[in-house]
Amino acid sequence: MKLPISWLKDYIDLDGLSVEEVARKLTLAGLEVEEIKYVGLPMPDNKGGERHEFKTSGISWARDKIVVAEIREVKPHPNADRLTLLDLFDGEIEQVVLTGAPNIFHLKGTGRLSKPLKVAYAKEGATIYDGHADGLVLTTLKRAKIRGVESYSMVCSEKELGISEEHEGIILLDDDAPVGTPLVDYMGDAVLDVKINPNMARNANVLGVARELAALTGRELKKPVIEYQTAGEAVENLVAIKITEPELNPRFVLGLIRDVTIKPSPYKIQRRLRLAGIRPINNIVDATNYAMLDRGEPLHAFDYDVLKARAGAKKVKIITRPAVDGEKLTTLDGEERTLTSTNVLVCDEKGPLSMAGVMGGAESEVTEKTRNVLLEGAAWNFINIRKTAKQHNLPSEASFRFSRGVHPSLAEVGVRRGLQLMAEWSGGKIAPGLVDAYPLPPKEPTVTVTTRDVKRLLGIDLTLEQIADLLTRLEFKCEITNNQLQVTAPPHRLDIGEGIVGLADVLEEVARSYGYDNIPETRMADALPPQVGNPAHEWEEHVRDLLVNLGFQEIVSYRLTSPERESRLAKFDEYVTLANPIAPERRVMRRSLAASVLEAVEKNARADSIALFEIGPVFEPQPGDLPKEPRKLVLAMTGLREALAWDVKDSPNFDFYDMKGRIELLLSGLHYPDLSYAPTASVPYLHPGKAAEVRIGDAVVGVFGELNPLTKEKYEFGNAPVMVAEFDLDALRGSTPSYGIIPVADVPPVLEDIAVIVDESVPAAQVEALIRQTGGKVLANVRLFDVYRGEQIGAGKKSLAYNLTYQSDRTLTDAEAAAIRKKIVKRLENELGAKLRS
Amino acid sequence: MLEQLNEIEKTALDALRSVADQAALEAWRVAHIGRSSPLMLVFAGLGKLSKEERPAVGAAANRVKAALEAAFEEKVREIKEAALAKSLAEETLDVTLPGRAVHVGRLHPSTQQLRRVLAILAEMGFQVYTSREVETDEFNFQLLNFPPNHPARDMQDTFFVEAGERGENPILLRTHTSPGQIHAMREFAKMNPDNPPPIRIALPGMCFRYEQITARSEIQFNQVEGLVVGENITFADLKGTLSDFARRMFGQNARTRFRADYFPFTEPSAEMDVECFVCGGKGCSVCKNSGWLEILGCGMVHPVVLQNGGYDPKRYSGYAWGMGPERQLMLRYRIDDIRYFWGNDLRFLEQF
Repeated sequence: MKLPISWLKDYIDLDGLSVEEVARKLTLAGLEVEEIKYVGLPMPDNKGGERHEFKTSGISWARDKIVVAEIREVKPHPNADRLTLLDLFDGEIEQVVLTGAPNIFHLKGTGRLSKPLKVAYAKEGATIYDGHADGLVLTTLKRAKIRGVESYSMVCSEKELGISEEHEGIILLDDDAPVGTPLVDYMGDAVLDVKINPNMARNANVLGVARELAALTGRELKKPVIEYQTAGEAVENLVAIKITEPELNPRFVLGLIRDVTIKPSPYKIQRRLRLAGIRPINNIVDATNYAMLDRGEPLHAFDYDVLKARAGAKKVKIITRPAVDGEKLTTLDGEERTLTSTNVLVCDEKGPLSMAGVMGGAESEVTEKTRNVLLEGAAWNFINIRKTAKQHNLPSEASFRFSRGVHPSLAEVGVRRGLQLMAEWSGGKIAPGLVDAYPLPPKEPTVTVTTRDVKRLLGIDLTLEQIADLLTRLEFKCEITNNQLQVTAPPHRLDIGEGIVGLADVLEEVARSYGYDNIPETRMADALPPQVGNPAHEWEEHVRDLLVNLGFQEIVSYRLTSPERESRLAKFDEYVTLANPIAPERRVMRRSLAASVLEAVEKNARADSIALFEIGPVFEPQPGDLPKEPRKLVLAMTGLREALAWDVKDSPNFDFYDMKGRIELLLSGLHYPDLSYAPTASVPYLHPGKAAEVRIGDAVVGVFGELNPLTKEKYEFGNAPVMVAEFDLDALRGSTPSYGIIPVADVPPVLEDIAVIVDESVPAAQVEALIRQTGGKVLANVRLFDVYRGEQIGAGKKSLAYNLTYQSDRTLTDAEAAAIRKKIVKRLENELGAKLRS
Repeated sequence: MLEQLNEIEKTALDALRSVADQAALEAWRVAHIGRSSPLMLVFAGLGKLSKEERPAVGAAANRVKAALEAAFEEKVREIKEAALAKSLAEETLDVTLPGRAVHVGRLHPSTQQLRRVLAILAEMGFQVYTSREVETDEFNFQLLNFPPNHPARDMQDTFFVEAGERGENPILLRTHTSPGQIHAMREFAKMNPDNPPPIRIALPGMCFRYEQITARSEIQFNQVEGLVVGENITFADLKGTLSDFARRMFGQNARTRFRADYFPFTEPSAEMDVECFVCGGKGCSVCKNSGWLEILGCGMVHPVVLQNGGYDPKRYSGYAWGMGPERQLMLRYRIDDIRYFWGNDLRFLEQF
């Protein structure tokens, strides 16, 4: 909400407070000032040590350079038809000023003006915005000759003074503007852009913010009294109201003003409306908007004569009711809208007139010809207005307020304020009385507060009198009885509940009024909770650490993807699909973490060497229920095994065994025993001959291998093969780790090598398993150090060479070692058809 | 004879002077103190001398031998030193050539920041609680005191999931980690429904908002939420705990400020600002000249939320807060484009 400081000053004295101080107080109290736009008032600068605490824009008007002046005569320019020369008095001297303003052109050559025009006058050296530039460009006025006439100063447009974008003509000030006065004193302003949170709906108006400021500063709120003269027949004799559903329309108030003259509002009013972000239309429409910004009650003005004509001989009868599905209404923006039963209508006996609380109808709107105005102020159900504004995409100042809740008490205040302004600006006569249908007044919640409540929830010691004082500033009614405070919310607030909720609502107001800054900082004195920890999370973090140590870079991908993106790797029939995606390529929750990781590999394909991992959920839809969110781990590696350097020109690529080595280290880091690896051809995206499944005991916990060349083709990868591993983290974590260490021996080991020739079809793991089994406890380690194939040993055969480490708690003799070795060789020969290679 | 010895000594020492390398030194050794050198021949010929001559010549020969050997040792040392000096002079590396790189792994910056946050909170007694990412409207909103159609829902634009007709309880992507508050409270309350135990947890996790992906807004982001429930928890405790956290996170001199704000699931609610750690509060581009950085939203747990979690609001109170590790990283590292986080570009990730 844009809030001109000058308007605030109608209701509270801000003397001695800078604009920034006002903004700071509001911000700390929950009315966050998002920006300050200076329109004339002096701006703080960083030079004086004062910092821009808020986002700041705008312009200051120099007191001695920009003043109120009057135009006494408009004369033709000797050399230019479209320019005029003004006889202008700036309070000191009369001088000639050149202008091209079209809005005084009609006065050219009419001689001395009977009523001089009050204008904003910028003297030589004044800094203002360049009216002809696009956007806001500062310029300083210098002496120049324009078409042979010297010019050094100018009368200003709103754009030149930073009030609005308006540059069609010069500003014509109200007649009471004092000539010679610095313009900043007359109408210098600053506009606070205040964010209105849902709980602050009551403050979406000038009086509301002034009320908060009064409470925060301890200053007096200048409460306005609405008084006006009335004349003619009372409105209740002319108009009746029928509310069909009080839940949707708790109150409806009508007032009437006759014999208005439609014309522009006073300049001061137009300027304020523009600063507040509302375009001035005419005095009647402006009065409804001004009253709304002033008090928070959106108003609607009907052309009474149109309603009268529609009613014929009968009394005008206003009816509010839900629309019938399919009913149509042309709103004042000229759109014919098809309504549903969610929408509430204001009708007369002939049919709909306006969409309640959202937008008026075209037929009964105020026009240049309007003479008599029927003014509506009403209370509506905020949820209903919210739905309607959304349904018809009609965000407006009125629907903004109504969809957050406006207290029904404001309906009457709003209408009276509106009538008062209309009478003041249009010369109309207000009809006596109001028609007020008020079938459903809101509850006036009363909340009981004790000093213990304040201590228990806010942690501060206040007496009941202190609490009452803090709340009274915000217009709560407070009564102390039996060591309790009975608090009643003021009649502009809908945000105070009852019981324990009401207590929280009221304590928030106590805290705000007391000042959050004044509440001390304490360390908790409460009991410590049961220590349950989060083993799954801790374990996952350990996995991350192991992978980082193994040289993998962690990535985090979007959970949202599309079936097409994933289909390069795998096809799924069912997805968790968004009803409102931002884009088709982000319309489902991922099924495959590997697809996400491969996209990242593709994205980084230019890197020499890539080793990535991601840990996170995939989303498996369950019909009619929440999806399963199993957690996965995916690794991917491709590119050079060794980092290149100026003397390292080349390196082999990562292959299957690089990935396997890292997986082995990962799993040994997690202390899983009983690991085995078996070939698998069941993963379509992996190379059928270069893929393995990882088992712990009998359970398959993951698969890995080289990406199938057919799959690889679908990506823009480099030439190097791509290794992928995918683990089911829930299955992996479900395995039982085995802790315990092998003691470090004091005596030296006996080292031996053994090489055996076996058939190609015998897996290395089988040979090693047999060696280990036969060697027993004394055989501390078996390490494969060579695999050889060649003519020497014959086709279809391979030679496997192992380092054997014998270790006992005493020194083994060579004879003992030889005996074990002999046993091993024998079993390999007998069981695997192996031959010792000599 | 004695003269001859003097001559031998002089010749040898003269010759040694011109020796400059190991080979020449060896030749000198053979020629002058070797087995068949003139000096050794003098020793060999001692027996042939008369008894009278022998002692004097013997003594002189021994003196010359010692002198030549000492000179030799001295020369050995000299040559070694010269060789070392030469090799040191020759073996100079170009220390400006780049070092050889190693493939190292790293955690994603968000994980790093999550860990910093959780580590501090762990020391303050907060245990990690995690919960699901796809939620129901009931848990994401209604139980947290966001009734259907409440204006507060405008504050959190939501991704909804196609899941058939579910009335006012659609399935959605959680917009905050706060559904975990309800899950956690109910889990703790179940331990002892009549006397639910106190709670101090941190809830990290990925959240989603219906936003356009731009430099300033993202569709997913991590959040760490804190929740405290107990029989003796106040707004002053909230201020104390979060200010302590800020000092641990941003430095012991970090000043905090609490501004009133609005969240449906807390009341009173506040926004905590920390004095800008880049400029020390003087005003800079990071804090947009305000001197303050918005770090987290917080407040006393709303009575309706306590009730929905199984905690009687007349007896229990609590506070909660939520903050964004990515935002903290953006401030700390002056990252001006939030899209880097899920862009998975190694050129970004390798900087952390």
